[in-house]
Amino acid sequence: MDDIDRSIINNLQGGFPICEHPYAVVAEQLGINESDLLQRLQQMLEKKQLSRFGPMYHAERLGGGLSLCAMRIPEADFERVAEQVNAFSEVAHNYARDHEFSMWFVLGTETPERVEAACREIEAVTGYPVYNMPKKQEFFVGLKFEV
Amino acid sequence: MVLSEQDYQLIAAIQSGLPLVSHPYAEVGERIGWSEAQVVARIGEMQQSGIIKRFGVIVRHHELGYTANAMVVWDVPDPRLDEVGEALAEQACVTLCYQRARRLPEWPYNLFSMIHGRSQARVTAQVEQMVERLGLSKIPHEILFSGQRFKQRGARYQ
Repeated sequence: MDDIDRSIINNLQGGFPICEHPYAVVAEQLGINESDLLQRLQQMLEKKQLSRFGPMYHAERLGGGLSLCAMRIPEADFERVAEQVNAFSEVAHNYARDHEFSMWFVLGTETPERVEAACREIEAVTGYPVYNMPKKQEFFVGLKFEV
Repeated sequence: MVLSEQDYQLIAAIQSGLPLVSHPYAEVGERIGWSEAQVVARIGEMQQSGIIKRFGVIVRHHELGYTANAMVVWDVPDPRLDEVGEALAEQACVTLCYQRARRLPEWPYNLFSMIHGRSQARVTAQVEQMVERLGLSKIPHEILFSGQRFKQRGARYQ
């Protein structure tokens, strides 16, 4: 990763233009040409430095449900439960964290009601309670993932 | 903004990424039977109305060297919540800041902030400095570092 890659990441975390030649517009702002920009984006995707290039949707405004859930899973049972939880297609990502509340995952569901239903299903399958912690308010942080 | 069946086709067509070609919106339009101009107009409207929160690169912080992913949780008395939430959100190291439902009695924390750092020691020091600078020493908090990541993908929409 060189300075140009870094400047692509630092400048393109939002505000991508919606016009006929968006990459050409951005490339000009960055002082490179369009094919160079496209090639670098492709490479960063291939190297998995970027997960994707595109829109981030506001799930609730699309009519879906979104929530962060936690579970207290003893170490001995962790792998089994992780497999069971990850098998749910609505589990968007799942992290282990070093805490009594050891498993943290995000549920993205087609409808808001489905969040609670999915929690109950996960409880039934795993035998452990799911703590659903829905978002109540978002504080604005802007875009500042600097590399 | 009311979304139609066609809108959901557009949403699905670009959710895994915009094509890396000179006329990306024309290519998306071809897939769903829209003109380039229609795609451009509709994505613009979705951005305006907040259905699209942002449009651009979505990074994988772990692969970029931000291996210490910390969720810092705070038990903020309700009257101070907005003040503390806004102050944390302004900190350069904080990448997300949400109020969430408490789950009493086991889980008393109602404010969640994410910090992505290059080492756990550095993140811990950043949190300590933040506590001091913002006068948060009376607010109970914990740092939960992530271990293994089991699954990561964006949410999918029909």
